[in-house]
Amino acid sequence: MLLIHCPYCEEERAELEFRHAGEAHVARPAEISAESDEAFEGYFFIRTNPRGIAYERWRHIHGCGRFFNAVRDTVSDRFFTTYKAGGKKPDAAKFAGAATDGKDKG
Amino acid sequence: MADAASKEPAVRRERLAGLSTTREHVSVTPGPPAARLALRAGEDALNSVSRALGVSVPRKPKTSARAKSGGRVALWLGPDEWLVIDDDGADLPAAAGRAKALHSAVDVSHRNVAILVAGEGAEACLAAGCPQDLSLAAFPVGACSRTVLGKVEIVLWRTGEQTFHVEVWRSFAEYAYAFLAEAARDV
Amino acid sequence: MVGANRIAGSGRLSAAGRLAFSFDGRPYQGLEGDTLASALLANDVHLVGRSFKYHRPRGILSAGAEEPNALVGVHRDAARRTPNVRATVQEVYDGLAAVSQNRWPSLAFDVGAVNDLFSPFFSAGFYYKTFMWPKAAWAALYEPGIRAAAGLGVAPDQPDPDRYAARYAHCEVLVVGGGAAGLAAALAAAETGVRVILCDEQAASGGAMRFESGARIDGEEGWNWAQKAAARLAGMDNVRVLTRTTAFGYYAQNFVALAERVSDHLADPADRPRERLWQVRAKRVVLATGAIERHMVFADNDRPGIMLASAARTYLNHYGVCVGRNVGVYAGNDSAYAAAIDLKRAGVAIAAIVDLREKPKGALYEEARGLGIDVLPGRAVTGVGGRTRVSSMTVAPRTGGPSRRIAIDALLTSSGWTPSVHLYSQSRGKVAFDPASQRFLPDTYPQHCVSVGACNGTDDLAAALKEAAAAGERVGRAVGAKGKTAKAPAVETSEGWAGGMPGAAPGAGAEAAVKAFVDFQNDVTAKDIRQAVREGMRSIEHVKRFTTNGMATDQGKTSNLHGLAIAAEALGKEMPEVGLTTFRPPYTPVTFGAIVNQARGALFDPTRKTAMHRWHEKQRAVFEDVGQWKRPWYYPRPGEDMHEAVNRECATVRRTAGLFDASTLGKIEVVGPDAAAFMELLYTNPWQKLEPGRCRYGVMLREDGFVYDDGVVGRLAPDRFHVTTTTGGAARVLNHMEDYLQTEFPQLKVWLTSVSEQWAVIAVQGPRSRDIIAPFVEGVDLDAAAMPHMSVREGRVCGVPARLFRMSFSGERGFEVNVPADYGEAVWEALWAEAEKHGACAYGTETMHVLRAEKGFIIVGQDTDGTVTPDDAGLAWAIGKKKTDFVGIRGLKRPDLMAAGRKQLVGLRTRDPNIVLEEGAQIVADPNQTVPMTMIGHVTSSYWSQNCGRSIALALIAGGRERIGETVYVPMPDGAIEAEIGSTVFFDEQGERVHG
Repeated sequence: MLLIHCPYCEEERAELEFRHAGEAHVARPAEISAESDEAFEGYFFIRTNPRGIAYERWRHIHGCGRFFNAVRDTVSDRFFTTYKAGGKKPDAAKFAGAATDGKDKG
Repeated sequence: MADAASKEPAVRRERLAGLSTTREHVSVTPGPPAARLALRAGEDALNSVSRALGVSVPRKPKTSARAKSGGRVALWLGPDEWLVIDDDGADLPAAAGRAKALHSAVDVSHRNVAILVAGEGAEACLAAGCPQDLSLAAFPVGACSRTVLGKVEIVLWRTGEQTFHVEVWRSFAEYAYAFLAEAARDV
Repeated sequence: MVGANRIAGSGRLSAAGRLAFSFDGRPYQGLEGDTLASALLANDVHLVGRSFKYHRPRGILSAGAEEPNALVGVHRDAARRTPNVRATVQEVYDGLAAVSQNRWPSLAFDVGAVNDLFSPFFSAGFYYKTFMWPKAAWAALYEPGIRAAAGLGVAPDQPDPDRYAARYAHCEVLVVGGGAAGLAAALAAAETGVRVILCDEQAASGGAMRFESGARIDGEEGWNWAQKAAARLAGMDNVRVLTRTTAFGYYAQNFVALAERVSDHLADPADRPRERLWQVRAKRVVLATGAIERHMVFADNDRPGIMLASAARTYLNHYGVCVGRNVGVYAGNDSAYAAAIDLKRAGVAIAAIVDLREKPKGALYEEARGLGIDVLPGRAVTGVGGRTRVSSMTVAPRTGGPSRRIAIDALLTSSGWTPSVHLYSQSRGKVAFDPASQRFLPDTYPQHCVSVGACNGTDDLAAALKEAAAAGERVGRAVGAKGKTAKAPAVETSEGWAGGMPGAAPGAGAEAAVKAFVDFQNDVTAKDIRQAVREGMRSIEHVKRFTTNGMATDQGKTSNLHGLAIAAEALGKEMPEVGLTTFRPPYTPVTFGAIVNQARGALFDPTRKTAMHRWHEKQRAVFEDVGQWKRPWYYPRPGEDMHEAVNRECATVRRTAGLFDASTLGKIEVVGPDAAAFMELLYTNPWQKLEPGRCRYGVMLREDGFVYDDGVVGRLAPDRFHVTTTTGGAARVLNHMEDYLQTEFPQLKVWLTSVSEQWAVIAVQGPRSRDIIAPFVEGVDLDAAAMPHMSVREGRVCGVPARLFRMSFSGERGFEVNVPADYGEAVWEALWAEAEKHGACAYGTETMHVLRAEKGFIIVGQDTDGTVTPDDAGLAWAIGKKKTDFVGIRGLKRPDLMAAGRKQLVGLRTRDPNIVLEEGAQIVADPNQTVPMTMIGHVTSSYWSQNCGRSIALALIAGGRERIGETVYVPMPDGAIEAEIGSTVFFDEQGERVHG
């Protein structure tokens, strides 16, 4: 069970309190009815599903109820950071070298 | 319609009426009926709403605030969400309505049921199904949080070192009560 | 003494604590503190089981959790029959009854043992190759036969009467393993002041101090030091010491699962749970899991009486039991010498120490020689005599040559120690091979974890305690502790565990056709592993699956390294090139009871009941499960079946009226100045102009344009809507709304509150509905002109605050009375008393479904399936044509959603009005076409309609509305059923009955 830092509750809580909510930073077009078929396909159906650093949404559904964003390594399951909805997308380069690979982290 | 007033008003039947569990180190009992308000408001409305309700709604996560007098408390549930409980059954929507600032006040008095867990084993009893760290350091007196208990959602509020107040939706109350009563056998 | 093999003056058990137990019905005596294994050995019982595949007689290999052979059933009573209990773990209690497994008719004479003679047919991978033909025989013949012949214990056939507890726990430092290193680490961490949990799988802390006779720590004998250390820890407020507790799973972010055996060792568990599951979240984990001794791989090394050297020492030094009177020792390292020395000093004859090494040396060697023990260096044991108990060993030079037989009654073997890296590996740590010591050790830690002592390859006790104490202090400080720690315990004497060899011993090499067991529990021999390589397995993962080496419940604790070494040799590669298989949870078998713990019976899943549930029960309602809700399905009167009850209810509602419990519908209060704007975005309908006091049927879409939910929405005030959702959709619809509100439309000043459970809802439907509620209503003008269909009022009903909706899901004049839930039952009773005067009935979900189908009202999730648009469902009218945005507006314009020929909801009338179609049945245009037929749609709802005097059905049919009047067919096993496509409305087509 993962431990997830809720940026609103300002502490880590058990995964049981959360629900995954898909990829982050996929904004609904302001003029959605004017979107082309291709653009709508890209918005609604296409997801990056990366191996490694992923931007995703979570909801602290059994906590404060807020949706927020997270950067997580899909290989190690490690969360690099979580931030409030609407927050700026952190640069992936910040986390590229951050995988835990040292000896005892004691 | 004419004879409506002549009839007896409907009687209130509490969800967990008559239930009670007492073990050596912990007791699990239904709380009395209370008035409850789901309060939603933005940061800018908090002073106004606090004045109207007579309780300073807390801004810090996992904290609660009691009114200076009377049995009224505001529990922080989210950055714009509080559960206000009044033991005396006051008309909370009317009180909140006196606030001029923008907010949402919804009566949820009957939506929730309270279960009180008390005794030196209270923490362990809840830890049977609540994944949060309930030690006094991590969850001090006055702390509150929406969380889970077994397979249901609850609001947990620590009212004393050895007393907790659990709020649960009424149709989950029997489950929550039975869960805690079972857990009480193991503390 | 209790048992012939107890040695006076040896061991730590008190002779006073006598216990009676039985094995296969024979009574024995044991001592308090005994395991079943030690008690059986004390009584000279070595034969305790039959092996999985070959039914070979098996004894006790070990003295711990790694035991692959001594698996027994423990029977407390008719319901409490636990199979596959390790006799080396189960503690004896007074009255314990154990039975052997996998033998018939008896343990000593087992018919299944013919498998051993036929073993050439049961070699590795046999089941992949044999029994392939004829195919039908697999299920009928081969599988039942194999299952009967090969197997372990028998599962109990009654519900488990025990209870199981669970606890979440949080600590700064979790120490796994209460041996000397674990204790030292826990003490150091605890002294810094942080919360520490120490768990150990045995009945008491102490680990290897159980058998290490020479160790002295802080001036005390090792075992005594360990007991004092454990007691000191137990006395500290910040420490929890859990014995009989196995850390079986190490998951992400230092989430470790522990299974505590609370009462399996007690004669009378009383009210205690049987087991307790601990789900521990630790900031730091210290692994002090020790090492496991490996056996020697040689011919017939599985005979009862052949066991690990450390096990024999444990039985002697801890339990006071000698495992034989004339014991042979087969060593690949020093630690077997220590066993020989301890036994010799206790008065047991040592027939010889056979040492594979050409020139053994060192203190232990000298000591053994000094005690007059015959040491045979450079020799191997190439075979043994005896079948149900070892009787001799055949000794030959390791390089070949003349052999000789030496009589023995027990044989102790050791080929070295394997560090227990299981939990480290589960934490996703990758092990690294240490060529010097020929073993795998922890390398880089992916989590906040550290290994100390033998599991880290630190063999020397002094070094291990120093390492452990330093780690304990370091992790305590790493999580912010400031307290001081004492210095590491001082070790005066100890033994080393270095040396040894993995793989097959001489005589069990590639040339030999002998059964030299690698994995006892799965009956895998060295030959099987070589065969796997010969047949093309290259990866150790394939070798493992082909041979099943290491795949038994013991998880290969004694066998993995041997298997790898033999495979590597056969492949001509180095061990690290072949690689180690991954260790996965659980470390040892975990009961379903522990995993399920409290979630049984009523606590398996919440059962949600409405405020009126007791009334429904009293009326003998039959209930239907709708999600977690119990809803009255129908209310049969005496003598009525379901069909009759539903027909009566349906007719009664349309003739007079009926009461229906609609409390389970989801209800969401949408409040704020932008409430209408928000509703415009979330529903297809227009809302801005809906007057307060009026209602509207709303349709909610997903962004892809498909129907997601529906419900009646009442506007209570300009800034307040009372939204209803489907029962099943309540939670997800609120989540969907919150998602859009929080992340796409955060500028809107509106808040959402679930009030599903605030209100009990009583639907009163039928021509007499107004008459029934009128006597109880205050403050609302119920006159048709004042309160027309689709309106909402706030007032009082039965003297309590109420929200009164005039709406209808039946097509009749109808009201829905919402009252605060605690009043629901009393208000229902009052309305019911009035309803009875009018000849009305209570009706359940089945009647509700029939009535709405008669009117062509859809049920989302039944008549829609996530691929249905509003137009498909005949709801195009619910889309605000002038709206420029709502969730789903763009999805609806997708080419596929606008294409001709989409499936549309239509009514179906069977040619024979008495035939009720099956829901889900497929529909074809031509019943005589060849199979597979072209299906043009399916039946979504189908009922007998008492009010129409015929069957009715709704169906999704391609281009359905254009086919109205056409005949279609529903192919069924008995032939195709003819039906005509028509309107979805079967009753009161003009819809006049809701008014007035």
